[in-house]
Amino acid sequence: MELRAKVPSGPIQEKWDKHRFEMKLVNPANKRKYEIIVVGTGLAGASAAATLGELGYRVKVFTYHDSSRRAHSIAAQGGINAAKNYQNDGDSVFRLFYDTVKGGDFRAREANVYRLAQISLDIIDQCVAQGVPFAREYGGLLANRSFGGAQVSRTFYARGQTGQQLLLGAYQALARQVAEGTVTLYPRTEMLDVIVVEGQARGIVVRNLVTGAISAHMAHAVALGTGGYSNAFFLSTNAKACNATAIWRAYRRGAGLANPCFTQIHPTCIPQAGDYQSKLTLMSESLRNDGRIWVPARAGDARRPNDIPEGERDYYLERIYPSFGNLTPRDVASRRAKELVDKGQGVGPERNGVYLDFRDAIQRLGQQTIAERYGNLFDMYLQITGENPYEVPMRIYPAPHYTMGGLWVDYNLMSTLPGLFVIGEANFSDHGANRLGASALMQGLADGYFILPYTIGDYLAQTKFAAVPEDHVAGRSAVAEAEARTTRLLGINGTRTVDAFHRQLGRLLWEYCGMERTADGLNQALREIPRLRDAFWADVRVPGAGQDLNQELEKAGRVADFLEFAEVMCLDALRRDESCGGHFRKEHQTPDGEARRDDEQFAHAAVWEYTGDGTPPKRHVEPLTFEYVHLAQRSYK
Amino acid sequence: MNLTLHVWRQTGAAAAGRFERYDARDVSEHMSFLEMLDVVNGRLIEEGKDPIAFEHDCREGICGSCGMVINGRPHGPVPRVTACQLHMRSFTDGDQIWIEPWRARGFPVLKDLVVDRSAFDRVIEAGGYVSIRTGAAPDANAVPIPKRDAERAMDAAACIGCGACVAACPNGSAMLFTAAKVAHLGALPQGQPERYSRVRYMLAQHDDEGFGSCTNHGNCEAACPKGISIDCIAQLNRDAIRAALGKGTEYAGAAGGGA
Repeated sequence: MELRAKVPSGPIQEKWDKHRFEMKLVNPANKRKYEIIVVGTGLAGASAAATLGELGYRVKVFTYHDSSRRAHSIAAQGGINAAKNYQNDGDSVFRLFYDTVKGGDFRAREANVYRLAQISLDIIDQCVAQGVPFAREYGGLLANRSFGGAQVSRTFYARGQTGQQLLLGAYQALARQVAEGTVTLYPRTEMLDVIVVEGQARGIVVRNLVTGAISAHMAHAVALGTGGYSNAFFLSTNAKACNATAIWRAYRRGAGLANPCFTQIHPTCIPQAGDYQSKLTLMSESLRNDGRIWVPARAGDARRPNDIPEGERDYYLERIYPSFGNLTPRDVASRRAKELVDKGQGVGPERNGVYLDFRDAIQRLGQQTIAERYGNLFDMYLQITGENPYEVPMRIYPAPHYTMGGLWVDYNLMSTLPGLFVIGEANFSDHGANRLGASALMQGLADGYFILPYTIGDYLAQTKFAAVPEDHVAGRSAVAEAEARTTRLLGINGTRTVDAFHRQLGRLLWEYCGMERTADGLNQALREIPRLRDAFWADVRVPGAGQDLNQELEKAGRVADFLEFAEVMCLDALRRDESCGGHFRKEHQTPDGEARRDDEQFAHAAVWEYTGDGTPPKRHVEPLTFEYVHLAQRSYK
Repeated sequence: MNLTLHVWRQTGAAAAGRFERYDARDVSEHMSFLEMLDVVNGRLIEEGKDPIAFEHDCREGICGSCGMVINGRPHGPVPRVTACQLHMRSFTDGDQIWIEPWRARGFPVLKDLVVDRSAFDRVIEAGGYVSIRTGAAPDANAVPIPKRDAERAMDAAACIGCGACVAACPNGSAMLFTAAKVAHLGALPQGQPERYSRVRYMLAQHDDEGFGSCTNHGNCEAACPKGISIDCIAQLNRDAIRAALGKGTEYAGAAGGGA
């Protein structure tokens, strides 16, 4: 497997402009001769499909939802970063670039991140023009807030529903193209495989989730915008259907999988309440702007929070990180919370949380102001927990939220499988080992609106394509494989539900490949995962038939893939014998408990190549060089 | 707590449906309504029975996937809450709970509690957007938008497209859904060029999909988990009347079929 990043030469500020000029163009009259498949209709997929349709390509878009408006981008609460410097507080493209590289703990590709920061400006313009109702000041100009570890106000937001509004903007742009006839939409259709013809990705295998029919769709190029794999942990903030099947199947067909151990554990989620828990709910990180995080200073203190006097509270983030305080980056804030809960200072009925307290903010600003800022989040918290956060502190705890790892892509967002492009959270590109708040929406839309539409054209213009009919033999055999797999799942007829296996996998990963990892634990996980996978294939019960709307069958296929994916995740965590960002190896920490990177050995992206079932995957590296942001230990003190 | 569920079971679009009775035992008050159904389904699978099909995804009240009529009310008894955000503390031990799919001509049942809401997408495709190409936008602050207009737009844009308004309406009308988009874009300067063509095309599509007319019952607003106001419908009606009188026809050419 050859990893050619294809980063253009020249100063970082000029690379993207230069590249855009050098890319080959597809003659406007020829664009309609090219078919492009886009999988997923989140921010990346919908924006890419809409833009490709506008350019005149013939686009087919697939989503397993009933509507393209329901992708999980819709749940992003906090905001989207852009280096507009509207607040005149010293922001710039370079500063956003710098913050993102540093925040990612120096495990991202500089050139990609710089381009992302540049494009951030265009995204906000585009979204406003679509009618996205961002928050505004009384003078009518756009409002900003500071967010998750940034010291400038560069985050644009639409109440606590920024992801929803951005996605609806992209969804409406997509709807317009559907009406124009450039885009054909396939809702309730799940991708099961990639079809490779003569070394190029030329199509996908899909299952119609209503009729159960499995079929092939061919095209000249395929773009995956299929999101992240946090649901490997079972309990995460992701929507229930989020899964790794698309990227996993692409990996098995030759796409390299990069840094799967880079997972983000978000510090502010509602703690688990019981064994029946089906998912965890995020409370926007923006709450950390006004809330103060604390635990009782004494382990096992069972008093109600409001009865604990000031002197017996430990505002630990403010104590340890006086300059960033409650706004320290996600990975750091999460680990500190875990340490205190492990020490017995956790709060709540299960002693599995820390307090996020608004008492001081309410006293300082008044309840009205707090309600204006966070009203919908407070209501959501009250609804879920039955506790009123205006009166008692919220309880929060970290939860899997985002995955920085994903399919490896070059500067053009193409994977190691020619013709297979990967956008948004599904790729590994821009966030290194830790993503900063409000950067995921930025990346999804940058990839979809402003990068892929250019780079895919360049690929199409310089590639020779063999004629591939819809019933090509590669498609037929991939369909047959998918059908056989479905038949096998339905035929096991064991005793345990799909969810039971998924929960077990999730517990295992949370224990050994969660917030804190050790070589011993990871080796343990690597022994247990294959056993669990065997147990799944021997004893899972998938009721119903294949030719029907069968939600258990859908879940079973996804969990089967998670059971394979998890192994590479743990392997990657084991082989990355350093701590960086969200990947914290207990063996590698500074005396005060911070992640200690090993730049000598690990300043690279680790890329895994599939070598067949039963043989270990092969690890490759893309070295990362830092010319503009100098390698340094992150410090938020 | 222990509950008795009466759940609508229907094997497919063409099949006849019926209520089935299930016992839900040892339900924790902290469970969400959907987690309660997960537990029931787990038991059904273990007993070799077909689990209840229902739609859900984000389980935090924003994706709009979930939706079921619970004891006669879309999304259940708590105002402004989706079914996934409804918690069992809203019920008491011994309750009988009747669970049905959305029932409306525009939303055919696919299986059990799952309905086909693709009509909503087609209503949006008819004109629920601003016709702007990627890359053609001026600076985001070039046009100041009064805060009150932005807030009004956001109030309407908060619609999650779940379909509770249709299920609540005695006419099976999707007017609140349609009006929310008309009001959102109509409140903003970016939405003005296509304002009247938009309302015409969206209304025509709404009617073609088999949704009924609005007769101002107001059940939709009461059922809406996001509190979308029927003021949006008043706005839609004003724009529709102006459109019928020829307002905005100067844009019809440019908007060409709502595109």
